[in-house]
Amino acid sequence: MVNSMGLDNRKMVFWAFIGSECLLFGSLISTYLIYKGKSLVGPYPHEILNIPFTSFSTFDLLMSSLAMVLALAAIQRGDMRQGKLWLFVTALLGLIFLGGQVYEFSSFVHEGLGLTTNLFGSTFFVLTGTHGAHVTVGVIWLLTHWVQALRGKLGPAQAITVEITGLYWHFVDVVWIVIFTLVYLIQ
Amino acid sequence: MSEQAHASTGTYLRIAAILVMVTLIEVGVFYVPAFQPVLVPALLSLSALKFALVVLFYMHLKFDSRLFAFLFSGPLLLAVGVMIGLLFLFFGAVRVRTGT
Amino acid sequence: MKSWLTTTDHKRIGMLYFWTALVFFLIGGLEALVIRAQLARPEGIGVSAEIYNQMFTMHGTTMVFLALMPLSAAFFNYIVPLQIGARDVAFPRLNAFSYWVFLLGGLFLNASFVAGPLFGAAHLSVAPDAGWFGYANLTSRQFSPGPNIDFWVLGLLILGIASLAAGFNFIVTILNMRAPGMKLMRLPVFSWMTLVTQFIVITAFPVITVALVLLMFDRFFGTHFFVPAGGGDPILWQHLFWLFGHPEVYILILPAMGIISEVLPTFSRKPLFGYTVVVYSGVLIGFMGWGVWSHHMFAVGLGPIADSVFSATTMLIAVPTGVKIFNWIGTMWGGQLRFTTAMLFAVGFIAMFIIGGLSGVSHASPPADLQQTDTYYVVAHIHYVLFGGTMLGLFAGMYYWWPKMTGRRLSETLGKWHFWLTFVGMNLSFFPMHFSGLLGMPRRIYTYGAELGVTRLNEISTAGAFLLGVAVLVFLVNLWRTRTRGEPAGNDPWQGATLEWATTSPPPVYNFTVLPRVESRLPLWATEHHGAMAPLPATPPAPIHVPGGSWWPLVTALGLPLIAVAALSHQLWLALAGVAVVIAGIYRWAYEPFEA
Repeated sequence: MVNSMGLDNRKMVFWAFIGSECLLFGSLISTYLIYKGKSLVGPYPHEILNIPFTSFSTFDLLMSSLAMVLALAAIQRGDMRQGKLWLFVTALLGLIFLGGQVYEFSSFVHEGLGLTTNLFGSTFFVLTGTHGAHVTVGVIWLLTHWVQALRGKLGPAQAITVEITGLYWHFVDVVWIVIFTLVYLIQ
Repeated sequence: MSEQAHASTGTYLRIAAILVMVTLIEVGVFYVPAFQPVLVPALLSLSALKFALVVLFYMHLKFDSRLFAFLFSGPLLLAVGVMIGLLFLFFGAVRVRTGT
Repeated sequence: MKSWLTTTDHKRIGMLYFWTALVFFLIGGLEALVIRAQLARPEGIGVSAEIYNQMFTMHGTTMVFLALMPLSAAFFNYIVPLQIGARDVAFPRLNAFSYWVFLLGGLFLNASFVAGPLFGAAHLSVAPDAGWFGYANLTSRQFSPGPNIDFWVLGLLILGIASLAAGFNFIVTILNMRAPGMKLMRLPVFSWMTLVTQFIVITAFPVITVALVLLMFDRFFGTHFFVPAGGGDPILWQHLFWLFGHPEVYILILPAMGIISEVLPTFSRKPLFGYTVVVYSGVLIGFMGWGVWSHHMFAVGLGPIADSVFSATTMLIAVPTGVKIFNWIGTMWGGQLRFTTAMLFAVGFIAMFIIGGLSGVSHASPPADLQQTDTYYVVAHIHYVLFGGTMLGLFAGMYYWWPKMTGRRLSETLGKWHFWLTFVGMNLSFFPMHFSGLLGMPRRIYTYGAELGVTRLNEISTAGAFLLGVAVLVFLVNLWRTRTRGEPAGNDPWQGATLEWATTSPPPVYNFTVLPRVESRLPLWATEHHGAMAPLPATPPAPIHVPGGSWWPLVTALGLPLIAVAALSHQLWLALAGVAVVIAGIYRWAYEPFEA
């Protein structure tokens, strides 16, 4: 198989995909920022955003990135016991993040902020919802690797596929870092 | 597959510790009134630092082919440029909130 | 039949794109003829305003997304792997997936023409009717209550997936699958322009995806992203749309520019003048195309600073474009010119694109544009660059590469008729529009008053349009007759310089008996710097692995229109079924033993 740049096709395509996703999230974030302060009615961000709770979510996602690199390193060196463990921890931390999002969303709705309530609701839920959907896909992807590992079908030869999952996972984390700052901390 | 230098587990843990600390500082900047005048630049810089650490080390971009860095940073810069352009178009000049 | 449904061969996928796109081109052409028949005279032929709106909306949407882009994709698919000396693209199944999604998206969009009864509509047709650019808040549920715009939003979302997948595929293919010695600055210009185009695709399509999703949320879930009553700003739609839309026009023109950058040197028997400059200009156009979007919004009231900035950037982008034109002319200068049909279309491209470019430059001035915008002057501009430019370029590609793809030459006699009928027809059709536009005839009106004084101009335009129809018929006859009576082409009917001419016509499934080793930009030509490449052996020295087909690209693709139909009919179970099909398809795809 010809390989003019000496790089793995799958890894290359994935970095191109991540580049493309920057435009996707960039457009959603731009929409959020453009409509910031333009809601005709409340609730408004400062009334409803819960910084301590979201800080914990942020911490959770950052730790999941750590778990991800540990998983990849283990699989690359053939330590499948650690590999399985850290894959599972990554997915678990992802699920905890999602659980937190579900809790946050439902409490917002309870407090009067729905998807259609105002521009803040619309832009917030579409932006964080898109991010959450990405996390969900990531969790499914991680658990797929985990199940393959349990069946003994994942080893160092397949490390590149786990590396690519890792790229996706870290990117999703990095998008959250941006969202946490622009939506929650800079009100 | 060209894998040059490889970060060790220790490096990953150290980066994780930095990420946690920076997050704590960010939350601190948010809550401590004395930081209000510099809130936006401080938070933008701190989150940029976290962004860079995750991309360079966890995503291994520092050690991998420069093509990957190009595939990522090109569209990233484009996205940031577009965002800034849109903000200028909608808000005239970007106004930095200075508290209250 | 099964082999076509499961094919992962870039050449077959290229042919599938070609024929499918050709059919959509004909449909788009019929829509144009309805428009022109209606506008020939103030009293028209009795097309209602509602149907007229559907005609111009579908004409634009079809030509851009279902004809021009896929016709270019036909050549990306067939020709690029050959030009770079590869056996296929990087991800053959993803390539097939792109085609199937395109077909299904196009069918879904056009199904709207007969879907009226399913929605209890007054008419048979509920085709999209708010323009190919779908401005808010005309597209809101309030002002477009029927399913028309839903078809548009969902159809474009599906088509976007096809384009994105292909974009990723070709970037990796061109960067990572070149034959030994094929350095980037030895790439044929068509492959270079393809590479730049795919970068534009993967960055621009996410933006329209977001715009369409926001509109979808407004229409389906009651948000107010573009609804003023809820605080939304319709201008945001325009920004998001044109942030995509302007790069999109470069997606439409760069491949055609690439094609003529191959055709002109071949039929001038001279290398492309200023290869490096042409390549860099293409790359520059790709970047600069992102800085001009609000020149589509000069009449919106963005303010003098915004208008000035975008005016300046728009004028600047004329520079790399102009540079290319000089390089093409420089290529022909002093060359041994052979005016084959392909060459005629290529030269026609240069002339027509210059005219379209000039009207474009006049748009760059906001005060001038205030008179021109939303008039037929813009319609003239668009069609000179997209028909006179892209379509003529694509025809050049067809006549040039048809022998390679089918082993037979198209008739040059019929080809010349096709060219001249097209050339006269398009100028008759679109040149008067510069005048009718400046005399005040607005766009997107189903009739106009005789007192406007543009009746004669419209009559001429309509005559031109029908002449174009005749030209297309001549072309179809040419295609049909060539199937059985075309002259056999041999490997290299035109004495071309690039790698696709080194192998048979059509190429074997594995493309090359031996992957070529490339020493120069013009491997098949002997120049003062290097000799011509030695001919490839007639048979491969050892068996070459050729991947089999796969059902999973088609199966996965089928999930997408299922989801779209579910959205239209508000059936959650169907949406979940569609998602399940997609997920199942992806899993089977991922775990299928398949070696590219």
